[in-house]
Amino acid sequence: MGSLIEAPEPRNAGGQGFFTTRLQHLINWGRKNSLWPMPLGLSCCAIEMMAMVGPRYDLARFGAEAMRFTPRQCDLMIVAGTLTWKMAQAARTVYDQMPEPKWVIAMGVCSSSGGMYKNYAVVQGIDSILPVDIYVPGCPPRPDAVIDALLKIQKKIEKERPLAR
Amino acid sequence: MRPAPPPSQRVVRIPPDQIRNQAEELRSLVAGIEGASVEEGIDMPVLHLPRERLLEGLQILRDGPLAFRHCSMLTAVDRMPEEPRFEVVYGLYSIEHNRWVRVKTRCGEFDAVVPSVTGLWPGANWLERECYDMFGIRFADHPDLRRILMPEGYEGFPLRKEFPREGIEPGRLYREWERRRQEPPATAAGESAGRYEV
Repeated sequence: MGSLIEAPEPRNAGGQGFFTTRLQHLINWGRKNSLWPMPLGLSCCAIEMMAMVGPRYDLARFGAEAMRFTPRQCDLMIVAGTLTWKMAQAARTVYDQMPEPKWVIAMGVCSSSGGMYKNYAVVQGIDSILPVDIYVPGCPPRPDAVIDALLKIQKKIEKERPLAR
Repeated sequence: MRPAPPPSQRVVRIPPDQIRNQAEELRSLVAGIEGASVEEGIDMPVLHLPRERLLEGLQILRDGPLAFRHCSMLTAVDRMPEEPRFEVVYGLYSIEHNRWVRVKTRCGEFDAVVPSVTGLWPGANWLERECYDMFGIRFADHPDLRRILMPEGYEGFPLRKEFPREGIEPGRLYREWERRRQEPPATAAGESAGRYEV
């Protein structure tokens, strides 16, 4: 009898092979390898973020090079820099306009904790207004560090269960 | 390579006698204004004007022979124990004569109102807004006196001496935005739930 589905021998398939997987894994695989970042460059961290996309560090290796400047097309928000209270409402609006599912990287100490700006004008950590997935310390962090954060986000996406609602 | 100049020569200063001459010239210019006084500052003459005669004095400076047609700077100083408490400072520049003058006027905490100079120098608009935002000094007859650096609805004036460095209840404003976001959108025509549609 054998199994229900009999895979043809590769050499006989004529290039028409198939594979089996779970839908959940397939969705996660697609999501994690085509993250579209929303670059919210607020200060000097944005320069490192640009370096990250450039040829030397080449974020395209991890499938996240398609930065879009409209939140409607993005699913990964990179808050790079100092978030002031004046900007906070706009940042939150951008986040709300992104379609689900979405993830947030707090890049640099300013967006993670307010950094050296402990004063009335600066939000003391963007987690007071946004749900943050990963914090990248550094002032500014090296592009490698942000790429590492991206890989950790990808690992996180792998474990998600998109169909369980 | 030329050696570095000694510290006394590094800053280009106007010689003191030149400042004295400029101050004399100013004194004769504002002689008709009651309560005006001229002081010889370290870098430029300083004109003190009472608040009631401020516009009159500035008008003379702008349209008079010295032609201070450029309002380069406008800010305030909080001299807290002193009374009246605030000092509004104007930095005026005469392009024709390459000359500066600093004008100062005082206002108290409970009547912190100074006449606006936007009628004389339209460029003073945002400078006065910043001054209002940071010190809470209101400018009478200003066309658009809103906050400029801090968000709308912010409480307190950050550069006042009694203001805490970390702000008063930093998250309050955000909680208010959140509350407004949770509210059902207004049904009346012409009203929207917020500034941006989400």
